[in-house]
Amino acid sequence: MAGNLVQGAVFTVMVVRAGMLRDPAFEHELAEQILRSPRFFLNAPVVLDLKQAAEFTNQSEFVEAREILRRHTLTLIGVQNAVPAQLEAATGAGLASFAPNAPQPSRSTPREPTRSAMPAAAAKTRLVTQPVRSGTQIYARGADLVVTAAVGAGAEIIADGNIHVYGALRGRALAGAGGDVDARIFCSRLEAELVSIAGHYLVSEQLPPEQQGFPVQIALVDERLTVTRN
Amino acid sequence: MAGKVIVLTSGKGGVGKTTSAAAFAAGLALRGHRTVVIDFDVGLRNLDLIMGCERRVVFDFINVINGDAKLNQALIKDKRNDHLFIFPTSQTRDKDALKRDGVGRVLEELKDSFDYIVCDSPAGIEHGALTAMYFADSAIIVTNPEVSSVRDSDRIIGLLASKSRRAEFNLEPVAVHLLLARYSPERVRKGEMLTLEDVKEILSIPLLGVIPESESVLRASNTGTPIVFDEESSAGRAYHDAVARFLGEQREMRFLQPERRSFFRALFGRA
Repeated sequence: MAGNLVQGAVFTVMVVRAGMLRDPAFEHELAEQILRSPRFFLNAPVVLDLKQAAEFTNQSEFVEAREILRRHTLTLIGVQNAVPAQLEAATGAGLASFAPNAPQPSRSTPREPTRSAMPAAAAKTRLVTQPVRSGTQIYARGADLVVTAAVGAGAEIIADGNIHVYGALRGRALAGAGGDVDARIFCSRLEAELVSIAGHYLVSEQLPPEQQGFPVQIALVDERLTVTRN
Repeated sequence: MAGKVIVLTSGKGGVGKTTSAAAFAAGLALRGHRTVVIDFDVGLRNLDLIMGCERRVVFDFINVINGDAKLNQALIKDKRNDHLFIFPTSQTRDKDALKRDGVGRVLEELKDSFDYIVCDSPAGIEHGALTAMYFADSAIIVTNPEVSSVRDSDRIIGLLASKSRRAEFNLEPVAVHLLLARYSPERVRKGEMLTLEDVKEILSIPLLGVIPESESVLRASNTGTPIVFDEESSAGRAYHDAVARFLGEQREMRFLQPERRSFFRALFGRA
């Protein structure tokens, strides 16, 4: 069925103002920023905001912008606030169009630039207060994940940081998804189908039976997942 | 009059959705509410059999959606209760015939003349089931006390929270209730079935009722009589309780303990 071919999802994407790319200090600042939290920025998608950047009209300039960002592990995926000519050049360079793209009276949006300039240490913990139902997937990108309800069998929760479940963990939990070996999983009741930290995993039948149903924490010690009673 | 749309859904098949939809709708009608029960299971039409009106079907839901028939031509009035109507579906079409706009239009029209519109969802999580749940104000999750049914119910509850009209338009979420059907206290005692507490804990939604496993349900289906018309049946009484709780009454849960066998039955085995 055609309806199944297209599925929607909402992502958080960094926005870089095109004018900033012209600033010689920009690359240096960006490099410093990324050095502070490389995992957060690794292969992160970026949208180029063309507001007040009328000089961007050539396809080659978009290719160049992509190269600059690529050098800093970022992936340019599209543009916004493009006028029709810019949009044509951008799509020619293989970039997507993000709304709004119709020329609008310029309205200052001070939050975007300040957000990208904020220290990444402020990456907020993702908080989920409703039960995570079977078939649902939640990914806390570059953050910890806290669930204050049960995670159902057949549900999947993923975080680049730690995972806390204040309820029964019956589905799959993958902490340190970006490779952080220090990430841990905490839950009030261990009934998980699978737990994983930085790619090391245990399926349900490998989990120690004496820990099943108890509050535990799971950590990676000497490249082995260890489950200890809390 | 602005009727409420109630969907009975489960994900898994064979858990008793149609039986429950028929019983629930009849239970509402017996309490004086104008109620229509709609079969969303296009191509596997069964509700008319359970309601005992299969020989009176002329036009169906799909005819009305497509504008080939008027609503009052397709609605079948129940012979036992004046407040109860059955809206059968097509046996020859498939679920793709359920166009969302058309379904929405028909439901809006029904809301003008009914208090409750009870939708019997098909199994699965495909188009038919999603269309049946989309317009719901309330959902009754029909679950059996076994792991696969409970897991599918969990999935459906997640879909109701994300794929319904109420979710799409940021309205108050669909009110979700649990109806635990085919509960056999004897088998729960032996550890062959999940306990009520297990199911409640896993799904964590309000419990509307527990329907005991009962031979009278099969008999009722075969004779085309919703089980609530059987005053003797424990299952029928349990559905009455569930309807009362749905309407806001407080009623204690019954039929949670194994039936006490009489002295003679105990001596001579099952009668």
